[in-house]
Amino acid sequence: MGEYIIEMNKITKNFGRNKALDNVTLQVKHGEIHALLGENGAGKSTLMSILFGMNTSDEGHIKIDGIERKIQGPKEATDFGIGMVHQHFQLVRSFTVLENIILGVEDRKCGLVDVSRARKKVTDLSERYGLHINPDSIVSEISLGMQQRVEILKMLYRDNKILIFDEPTAVLTPQEIGELLNIIKGLSKEGKSIIFITHKLKEIKEVGDRCTILRKGKSIETIGVAETSQEKMAELMVGRKISAHINRKPFTPGEEMLTVSSLNMFDKNQGKYVLNNINFSIRSGEIVCIAGIDGNGQSELIQAITGMNQDYNGKIVVNGVEISKKSIRYRNTHGISCIPEDRHKDGLILDYTIEQNLVSKKYFTHIFSKHGFIKSTSRHTFAKEMIQQFDIRSSGDENTLVKEMSGGNQQKVIIAREIDMDAPVLIAAQPTRGLDVGAIEGVQKQLIRQRDTGKSVLLVSFELDEVFRLSDRILIFYEGEIVGEFNPDETSSEELGLYMSGAKRMVRSK
Amino acid sequence: MIGKKNILKQILPIFLCILVGLVFGFFVLLLTNPEEAFNGFRTILFGGFSGGVRGVGNVLYYATPVMMVGLGIALGFKAGVFNIGGPGQFVIGGFLATYFAIQLPFEGPMRWILPIVFAAIGGAFWASIAGMLKAYFKVNVVISTILLNYIAMYCVNHLIKQTIYDPGTNRALPVPKAGQLPTAGLEKLFEGSSVNIGFIIAVIFAVILYIFLTKTNKGYELVAIGFNPNASKYLGMNEKLNTILTMAISGALVGIGGALMYLANSGKSITVVDSLAAEGFNGISVALLAYNNPLGVILSSVFIGYITVGGFYMQSYRFVPEIVDIIVAVILYFSSFSLLISQNLDKIVFVLNRFSKKKAGEK
Repeated sequence: MGEYIIEMNKITKNFGRNKALDNVTLQVKHGEIHALLGENGAGKSTLMSILFGMNTSDEGHIKIDGIERKIQGPKEATDFGIGMVHQHFQLVRSFTVLENIILGVEDRKCGLVDVSRARKKVTDLSERYGLHINPDSIVSEISLGMQQRVEILKMLYRDNKILIFDEPTAVLTPQEIGELLNIIKGLSKEGKSIIFITHKLKEIKEVGDRCTILRKGKSIETIGVAETSQEKMAELMVGRKISAHINRKPFTPGEEMLTVSSLNMFDKNQGKYVLNNINFSIRSGEIVCIAGIDGNGQSELIQAITGMNQDYNGKIVVNGVEISKKSIRYRNTHGISCIPEDRHKDGLILDYTIEQNLVSKKYFTHIFSKHGFIKSTSRHTFAKEMIQQFDIRSSGDENTLVKEMSGGNQQKVIIAREIDMDAPVLIAAQPTRGLDVGAIEGVQKQLIRQRDTGKSVLLVSFELDEVFRLSDRILIFYEGEIVGEFNPDETSSEELGLYMSGAKRMVRSK
Repeated sequence: MIGKKNILKQILPIFLCILVGLVFGFFVLLLTNPEEAFNGFRTILFGGFSGGVRGVGNVLYYATPVMMVGLGIALGFKAGVFNIGGPGQFVIGGFLATYFAIQLPFEGPMRWILPIVFAAIGGAFWASIAGMLKAYFKVNVVISTILLNYIAMYCVNHLIKQTIYDPGTNRALPVPKAGQLPTAGLEKLFEGSSVNIGFIIAVIFAVILYIFLTKTNKGYELVAIGFNPNASKYLGMNEKLNTILTMAISGALVGIGGALMYLANSGKSITVVDSLAAEGFNGISVALLAYNNPLGVILSSVFIGYITVGGFYMQSYRFVPEIVDIIVAVILYFSSFSLLISQNLDKIVFVLNRFSKKKAGEK
C-alpha cells in the first residue's frame, strides 16, 4: 500500500480547441479529506468526471491504490470503490430511502430482493456514521439535507472507500452545513478518503486536511490547509488579491421607489398562504435584504413583484405607478429589473448567443428593430459595448453561445442586461449563488454601485455573510411572513438565526 | 457562427442515416424479389435521373407538397411546438383549395391564387385549435394534433360527399384547367413531367420562413420560446399568444402544401378513404432531416421527391407499389434518426475509437 489512494497524474483533456485540463495532478492520501478548490470553469468537475469514468482523459493516467487503472464508466468507478455525491441528487423521488439505497445492488434471496438484510445494513450504517435517517421515508418528502444523506448512505452501502462530494453545501441551510461537515469528518475518521469539491474557503478551513487548487485548467498548488490562511487560498484560486471590503457611499436614502402592501399569495398545492400580509418599501439608494432559510416565501415574493406568478392579492407600487395587475412586459419596461434566482431556467436562453441574450429585454424597442425586423448592426455595437463594459469573458466574440460559458460569465450577461435597463428598482435573487470568490466580488460591487447611483435594490440571499456585507436594512422571512427587521450594524448572525428558524419574532409596528 | 467542423458534424449524420436506410431498403428488396434486387436498387439510387428530364421534373413535383409540410413542421419544432397534425391541416387545405378552384365563378390568376389563400386560412384555423388548447388548457399539442387529424379527415370526407363528390371514382371532382397551377415555363424545361409553379412558390416560402426566423423580432421570440419557455415568459414574451401564432403559421404552411398538391395539373384529387395523408407525416422526416432549417428543408424535400420517383420507376422491374412504398418508408424512417446521431456523434466516435483500439491491441 503506497502513500496515496488516488493519483491522477498529468491529466490533460481537450474539448475541441478548448483545453479544459492541462497537465493536472491530484494525489489523495489514505483517509484524508482532500479539498479541490477552484473557480467555476477551473476544471474541478471535469477532473472529477474523469475520475468517475464519465469522461476519458486525452493524456495522463490514474492510479488507484498504486495500480494504474482505466476507468471507463461510473460502474467501473464503483467497482474500484469510488462513490460520488453529485450536485444534483440522483434519487428516485417516489421511492423510499431504503429502495433508493439498494437500487442496482439488491441482495437477492430466491430471486426476490432481501429487504430485511438490506434494512439492517442501512440502519447500522446510519447509526455508525450518525446520519439519523429513517429508511422508510419517501425521498420526495424529506429535506434536501436528508436527501444528501441518502446519497452518502448509497456510497457507504456499496462499501466505497473513496467518496467524492461535488459542492455538497450549495443546497443546505447553515445548520445543515454544520451537520454535514461533522459527518464528513466522521467518515474520514473511519478510514474513508474524501475529495471535497467547493469554492467556500471557510468549509475547507473547517474540515480539510490538504487542498489542491485548480485555476484555468491547471493544478496550481497542493497545500496543507492548517498552515495556509483563507486569504492566501483565495489568492491562489483567483490569481490575484481579493479585497475583503467594498467601498460604499454613506447611507442617504431618498424617496420610496418600491412599495408592497398587504401582499397575500395562496398556494393551492400546499394548501396554505406562502405570502402572508407582506408590507415593506424600499427607498432609492438603499439595499434591502430579505434573509431567511430557502423556501420561506422569498421566491414567491419575487415572482409576485416580477409578475411571473400573478395569483396574489395586494398592491405593488413602483416609482408611483401601481403595477399589481400589469403584464410582465409592462413591469419590465416600467421600473423593475430582476436578476432571477435560477439563471438557467429563467435568466438566459442558453442556446442563444451572448448578443441575443443581451438584447432579450429590449429587442422590440426602436433601437434594435425597425418595422419588426432586427437591426443587426445596432445589436452588434451594443453587444460589443456591453461585453467590454461588464468584462464578459468567453472563448469567442458576441456570437458565442451562452451555454458554452462559465457560470460567472453567464451571470455577468444577466447583470449587464438588467443594469442596462436602468430601472429604478433592481431585484437580485441569490445573485452570487454558485459563483466563485472572484465573481462574487464583481457581482457585489455592481450591486453597491447601483445603490450608490440611487437605485433601490431588493436582495434575496441565503448567505448571511453576504447579507451583512451588502444590506442597509434586513428583513427576515419565516413561513411567508416578515418576522423581523434589522439594521445590519445593530445585530448579529446568531440573532438573525433565531428569527430565521422561527424561534423568535418581532411585532412590527407600521 | 458555424465552423467547418460543425458543418461536417451536421452533414455527416445525414449521409450516415441515408446510407443505413438504403442498406435496409436493399435487404427488403433482396427478400421480396432477389433476381431483380440489384436492378431495383440501382433504380432507387439513380432516383429521378432514371427518367431523364421528365424524371427530374417529377422529383420537383413530388418535393413540392412535402416541402410545404416540412416548413410548417420545422417552424413548430423551432418554436417548441410539436405539430404532428400535418395530415389534418394538409387535407383541410387540400379540400378548401379544390373546392374554391372548382366553385369560384371567374377566370384568371385569382382562380388559383385565392384557393391557396383559403387553404392557408383553413390550415391555420385547424392548427390554431390545438394551439389554443395548449395555451389555455395545457393540452399536449402532440395528442391534440393527432386526434385533430382524424376529425379533419372525416370532416373532409363528409364535406366532399356533400359538395364536390364524383361517385364514379370515389374522389373529389377534378379541378378545372383554370383553377390549376400554371406551369410557368417549367413544362418546357422538364418535358412530360407534372412540375409546376408550386415548386417555386414552396421555395419562396422556404426563403421567407428563413428570413422570418433569423431576421425578425417575432422569429427571435418564437425561437426563444422554443429554446426556453420559462425565460421567455420572464423576459416578457407572451407565451400563449405566441404558441397560437406558431400553430397558425405552421398550419397555414401545411395547408398551402395541400393546395399545391391538389391544384397541380397531374389529375390527382382527394380520394374519399379512411386514411391519413402520408405527406403530412413525411413532412416530419423532411423537417428532421433538415434540422428544422427552412433552407435545408428545400434540399431534404427534393431528396424525398428523388427517392419517391426512383421508387416509381422501380415498378418496371415488377416490384409492386406496396414494396416500393415500404422501401421509401424505410429510407425515410432511418433519415429521421440523423438528429439523434448528430447529437451523439461524440459518443459514437468515442465507442468506435475504443473498438478499433481494442482490435489493434488484439493483433
